[in-house]
Amino acid sequence: MEPFIKHTGLVAPMDRVNVDTDQMVPKQFLKLQTREGYGRVLFYDWRYLPSEQPNPEFPLNFPRYRGASILLARANFGCGSSREHAPWAIHDYGFRVVIAPSYADIFYNNSFKNGILLVTLSDAQVDDLFERLERQEGYRLTADLEKQIITDESGLKIPFEIDPFRKNSLLKGLDDIGLTLEHETDITAFEKSHPVTAVMYDPVDVKLSQPA
Amino acid sequence: MTPQTLYEKIWNAHLVRDVAGQPSLIYIDRHLIHEGTSPQAFAGLKSAGRKVRRPDLTFAVMDHSVSTKNRELPVLDADAAGQFEALARNCKETGVRLFDMHSRNQGIVHIIGPELGITQPGLTIVCGDSHTSTHGALGALAFGIGTSEIEHVLATQCLSQAKSKTGIIRFNGKRPKGVTAKDFVLALIGKIGIAGGTGHVFEYAGDAVRGLSMEGRMTMCNMTIEGGARAGMVAPDEVTFRYLEGKPFVPRGKDFQVAVDHWKSLAADPGAKYDMVLDIDAAALAPQVTWGTNPGMVIDVTGRVPDPNSFADPVDRKAAERALVYMDLKAGTPITDISIDRVFIGSCTNSRIEDLRAAAHVIAGKHVARNVKQALAVPGSRVVKAQAEKEGLDRVFLDAGFEWRDAGCSMCIGMNDDVLPSGERSASTSNRNFEGRQGKGSRTHLVSPAMAAAAAIEGHFVDIRKWDVNGAE
Repeated sequence: MEPFIKHTGLVAPMDRVNVDTDQMVPKQFLKLQTREGYGRVLFYDWRYLPSEQPNPEFPLNFPRYRGASILLARANFGCGSSREHAPWAIHDYGFRVVIAPSYADIFYNNSFKNGILLVTLSDAQVDDLFERLERQEGYRLTADLEKQIITDESGLKIPFEIDPFRKNSLLKGLDDIGLTLEHETDITAFEKSHPVTAVMYDPVDVKLSQPA
Repeated sequence: MTPQTLYEKIWNAHLVRDVAGQPSLIYIDRHLIHEGTSPQAFAGLKSAGRKVRRPDLTFAVMDHSVSTKNRELPVLDADAAGQFEALARNCKETGVRLFDMHSRNQGIVHIIGPELGITQPGLTIVCGDSHTSTHGALGALAFGIGTSEIEHVLATQCLSQAKSKTGIIRFNGKRPKGVTAKDFVLALIGKIGIAGGTGHVFEYAGDAVRGLSMEGRMTMCNMTIEGGARAGMVAPDEVTFRYLEGKPFVPRGKDFQVAVDHWKSLAADPGAKYDMVLDIDAAALAPQVTWGTNPGMVIDVTGRVPDPNSFADPVDRKAAERALVYMDLKAGTPITDISIDRVFIGSCTNSRIEDLRAAAHVIAGKHVARNVKQALAVPGSRVVKAQAEKEGLDRVFLDAGFEWRDAGCSMCIGMNDDVLPSGERSASTSNRNFEGRQGKGSRTHLVSPAMAAAAAIEGHFVDIRKWDVNGAE
């Protein structure tokens, strides 16, 4: 995984509560077999008109937010489906940081596994950032994971909390599977003391139809 | 010893490694996979030169994009065909059992797990699908994971997890006639909001939950994720044991008794503590209909579309305003005045035999309304389909003007060609009414199977408790 240490970038707003992962990547794009290339379809139904032209009313299409790499969002961001295509799309679009008051559990896990820093701030802090963003064109923030602080160029400083284990994994870009495999002896020991089997007592899986 | 909840008992029994300051490593007893979220996981595994650790505990099925029409025809959608081929190839290469689209046991992953007895009390079960919470109805700890976690489970048969908070939701009293498990869970989500359960695992209890069939409990656990809780559970009891006995993957004879004795020990100890406790008067609940663009935007069928100004929080007000625009609804409209274009009876929420019986009971001898362009009945599995056909339910649906389809996720997610067209409105027994969920620009109202069936006949929502001429379940 790509490490995340510190990032400075242009901020874009997603001023809606409960943005679900169906909006981030609609189902018609779930039939691919890659982890890459979803940036172009991020927020597809909101971002594009039925003619497939960019929707001029959607903030990510505003010229002032072009090139944004920090997304400012509202509560329960990423609710709904477990599709990891959502964080893949966010990352592929160019976002490295999301700031919101809360996230849905599965999306939260999925994002950290893709090198995206999700910062949780209070409602009041997020409201304040939305106001600053609205007021100032070209508003930029810095997210410093090591120091656990969000700063802007006018001296704003907002510390944030993060689970120390997630922080360390993100700072070092650790491979979760590799980490777990370091404990293979524990897994093998568990399998010996708690044997798990799935025995089929009745034959199943007779073919009903035939492939074309 | 400290009294433990059902969740804590299963959690503790699966701890492979538990070190302070780190997520726990828990063992996974059953890993279910489908064509939609697994190809990247297999690709990742392969490129890292890793193997599937326990193919014998991994089960695959094709469900999300399968056609519900004639499966003997070629798959025309090249991307979907690519995913089917990838799943078949990955399973073949790694020795994972696959129920492909031609299998007699094919169906939606969350329908076939319990139906085959792959799902059992006390097991840890994961799948790359948020509705994995369904399996908790049998007293398992089951939750959805992302593709990176699928790869992790394939490689290690473990998952790195932080322990969740616990909640107990008690539905007390007697379930009223015409009110179903779907209405229970929709009412719960309406009450706590779609993030109300974030960070928690819910356990459902109380007389009204004990009185539910296995199917009803699965409906409740299925939609638990819509309230933000990653898993829902019901302590196993006689209903669970009767349901499981004789299922293909369930032990037989003396071994079954040994299993039942173990399953009985899983219920929470007296005095076990929960982080959240909620009591709901089941007897006071009415059939539910969603009016907005998430499952928490729900109201009694006797109610009216709410006025956004009635929401105190400006963020909620704005969300309600947006939802009404998207749904093309006016505040104050009685729910029963909302007419519908299509009806979908199916999905991992409500496509089990009991759901089809409930819907068939309502429509028997009647015909779908003229304004309803399409009414779909999609069994959750081919086993459910065969059972329904044995009971003659397919004839009831067909005679009433419904289409009787093959098993799959279908119009719940619209990844095959069962799509709700833009601007059209559905009465749907599925689980999500998000913008575009059933098709770009589609408008979804979530209801129970009986409510969807009655709406199909009348062409608009009706209160099943009053409308009911055949006598609702």
